Amino acid sequence: MATFIQNLINGVSLGSIYALIALGYTLVYGILRLINFAHGDLFMLAAYAALGACAALGLGDAVSAGLPVSSWGAFALVLALSMAAAAAAGWLVERLAYRPLRGQPRLNLLITAVGVSLLLENGAQAVFGASPRRVPALIVDAPAFSVAGAQVSVLDLAVLGCALALLLALDVWVHRTRMGRAMRAVSHSHETAALLGIPVDRVISITFAVGSALAAAAAVLYGAKYPKVDPLMGVMPGIKAFVAAVLGGIGNLRGAVLGAMILGLAETLVAAYGASSWRDALAFGLLILILLFKPSGLLGSHQREKV
Amino acid sequence: MRGPAVSNGVALGLLAAVSLAAWGIDAALPPYLGALFLLIGINAILAVSLNLVNGVAGQFSLGHAGFMALGAYTAAWLSTGPLAALFNTGPLEAQAGLACTVCAGALVAGLAGWLVGLPSLRLKGDYLAIVTLGFGEIIRVGLLNSEALGGARGFIGIPPAGGAAWIFGLLALACLACHRVMESSSGRALLSVRENETAAEALGVDTTRCKVGAFAASAAWAGVAGALFAHQESFIYPGSFDFMKSVEIVVMVVLGGMGSMSGALLAAAILTALPEALRPLKELTGVDLRMVLYSLALVLLMIFRPGGLLGRGELWTGAWARRWIDGKRQGGGT
Repeated sequence: MATFIQNLINGVSLGSIYALIALGYTLVYGILRLINFAHGDLFMLAAYAALGACAALGLGDAVSAGLPVSSWGAFALVLALSMAAAAAAGWLVERLAYRPLRGQPRLNLLITAVGVSLLLENGAQAVFGASPRRVPALIVDAPAFSVAGAQVSVLDLAVLGCALALLLALDVWVHRTRMGRAMRAVSHSHETAALLGIPVDRVISITFAVGSALAAAAAVLYGAKYPKVDPLMGVMPGIKAFVAAVLGGIGNLRGAVLGAMILGLAETLVAAYGASSWRDALAFGLLILILLFKPSGLLGSHQREKV
Repeated sequence: MRGPAVSNGVALGLLAAVSLAAWGIDAALPPYLGALFLLIGINAILAVSLNLVNGVAGQFSLGHAGFMALGAYTAAWLSTGPLAALFNTGPLEAQAGLACTVCAGALVAGLAGWLVGLPSLRLKGDYLAIVTLGFGEIIRVGLLNSEALGGARGFIGIPPAGGAAWIFGLLALACLACHRVMESSSGRALLSVRENETAAEALGVDTTRCKVGAFAASAAWAGVAGALFAHQESFIYPGSFDFMKSVEIVVMVVLGGMGSMSGALLAAAILTALPEALRPLKELTGVDLRMVLYSLALVLLMIFRPGGLLGRGELWTGAWARRWIDGKRQGGGT
């Protein structure tokens, strides 16, 4: 029983990281009807940005630096810097690669997205080298409290807390602010939004920046949990977060979070009870099943295509 | 689009001529260039077959390497297991064995393509891309986990067979088959699906049947390429058929111009030879810039020349010069 609860906790923790990435997919899909294949690679870039921030600030492992407690301030600073860097990268990708294709067939946009993704992966390999690097542990992982024999660690709480705070902030931003309203308008119809005086291109840019910043938060949390950074680290989390977004109904923010939680739990449980080498195939299998039986996802709405 | 009609006799003659010429060229080339030449042929089969789905039918598949893997592993298993005796007896029997393994590879891959296509081709655009990517990865993970087929270590000891005459003969056959399909009513139906699926449906085209047929045929040809590849390299492992390989084939189709068969051939030749030509650059800089250049090319192509090298035209229609100019304005696909 204790192991089962432990797995549930791990699953929720993994799920909340997936949720942060999945939101980026869903935001961009909602506004451009584009699967941003490069999203997972922005996640990777953000992890390198966090690594760079640590190096620039001279931050090392909290324990080896002799700090008695976790350096929360340093963690928050690295998080903020990484989010800013990723937002800039996301904005740049949209500006350079996707904007020139506005109004062209969606297939072209899709091919471009695949190209950008590969470019970032291989560019990172050429620039940073292919070998993985270690992320300094800014938060000392220790058990915080236990539930029915299962340990909840400080790290799990930090991941959950950060994710929850960002999700709430995003929800408020999308549903309560002028920019959020503009974004929802653009996602309904670019033309109508433009007629109403909404600067469509700027809204799209900001959406990319916000989505990338969320991926960066996920990257820093992921780095705290699995302290390894390499140029291909974004591929699998990216694909899984995408599956989560589709599972919840792509374009639907709350659906993305729901889908991510389901996927995080399913994956942890599959890995825990036997079939760990098939873990990566699970996401694809799940995706194929959803797309075949309910392409609109759990919370999404179906749109009929017309001539 | 319409090329000269090719009669059966001319087709046979063409096949024989291409095989003979390829055999001659291969014999004349030094071993290193010869191997490159054969690889170009195999990649060209992959590009031409993917062009049928991505270019002609306008469906975006990202899992072609998975079907190639099925063909390769089928051939590998048959030629070391049930058909091993054929390959050990003599050169003539080995040819017969190769014919069997190639056919079996095509059959298995085609069947898999049909099974995958039947449910997933109801989806469109990016969803289809993701599902085909998923199937490709599942095939790879499955091979990685099957100890009987060598798992991650790979499959060794596949009897070498084939060579230029086989590879280019089959390439010519693939091209002829595509050409014939394009000139037939099914080819027209496929084009109508690409241009506007809903309208095609309204006109009575059985779009699902069209798409699944094209997908299965394309997968079968990928299986042929896989089988030839297995006998050429005599060692295969799941990593040879990963997502990157699928992308490489897609880049060939896009660079050549989606829907243009001669474009796919041209691009396959360029993209297979280019990395070898760039080898000094790799030694100079110490990093493998090949994939960086591939991906950059893909992005720049889509922005500046979405029609690819030849747009939708063919080299032999004679109007390709005009298409070249059209290609600058025209986008590919849907």
